[in-house]
Amino acid sequence: MTLFNILMIAVACLLGVGLYGLLITRNLIKIVVVLQLLVKSVVLAFVLAGKVSGHPGIGESVAATVIVADTIVAVVALALAVQVRIRFGTLDIPKISSLRG
Amino acid sequence: MEIAPYVLLSLGAVFCAYKAVRSPRLLASALYLAVVSALVSVMLFLLGATEVAVIELSVGAGLVTVLLVYALSVVGEDAQDPPSFIPKPLAFVLAAAAAGLVGWMTLPILPLPQATRDLLLVDVLWKQRALDVWIQIALIFSGVLGILGLLTESQTVKEDEIEPEALESVSAVIAHQEAGLHKPDLAPEAEVRP
Repeated sequence: MTLFNILMIAVACLLGVGLYGLLITRNLIKIVVVLQLLVKSVVLAFVLAGKVSGHPGIGESVAATVIVADTIVAVVALALAVQVRIRFGTLDIPKISSLRG
Repeated sequence: MEIAPYVLLSLGAVFCAYKAVRSPRLLASALYLAVVSALVSVMLFLLGATEVAVIELSVGAGLVTVLLVYALSVVGEDAQDPPSFIPKPLAFVLAAAAAGLVGWMTLPILPLPQATRDLLLVDVLWKQRALDVWIQIALIFSGVLGILGLLTESQTVKEDEIEPEALESVSAVIAHQEAGLHKPDLAPEAEVRP
């Protein structure tokens, strides 16, 4: 088994764990954590794809872009989560979605 | 190439990711996420992507963890993850199917024989993808606005937490001071000598 196969299995496992967490999570801040986990696997996959295809610079630049965008998503999502906690008093998504007005 | 460090790092990253997902306390989840980020950055460094590894370590394990801990300190006591509505076996099957599909599509890919470093990251970023760099700068500004929103909301929480009785007592103290009932030794400015 080559290095590429091992790292691709790791990427698939991280992706699976992230998707599992996304399905079972109800807390808004926990969703941010799980999204970060998913992006870690995607960054690893981009760098690996660049290395395998013979153009590592392109893969690394795309990975850097993904890291920046994901960090901004986390910051804005955390600000929204704090605001939701202040307005509605909870971070549980079903309780938030059942509120009206 | 030696593959044993990659195996150990991958196993550690997947284990910490699982613990981050299953941990009922959000602070523990945030710390496990930082460990996953550090392990992934070590893997990136070993793969030769040193710049991305540095960015991942400083941003993923540093900045995001600090922001998560700060948000948890603002949110306070309900930093617990309630049980899910979706049955966990069903979620496990769906996630395993998606991961298996990714593995089935990517594992048969064979690396090219010559993986030369023909283009450096700096060249790609500033010559081929200069527009993306400017978009990233705009994104960073929006992130700064998000951080300002986070800080502003936390101050709003502190203002909302003031009880009406406390406000009444404060207003009573102010009324006493305006009536000249405060002690003269509480004003040390008058006694300061050069």
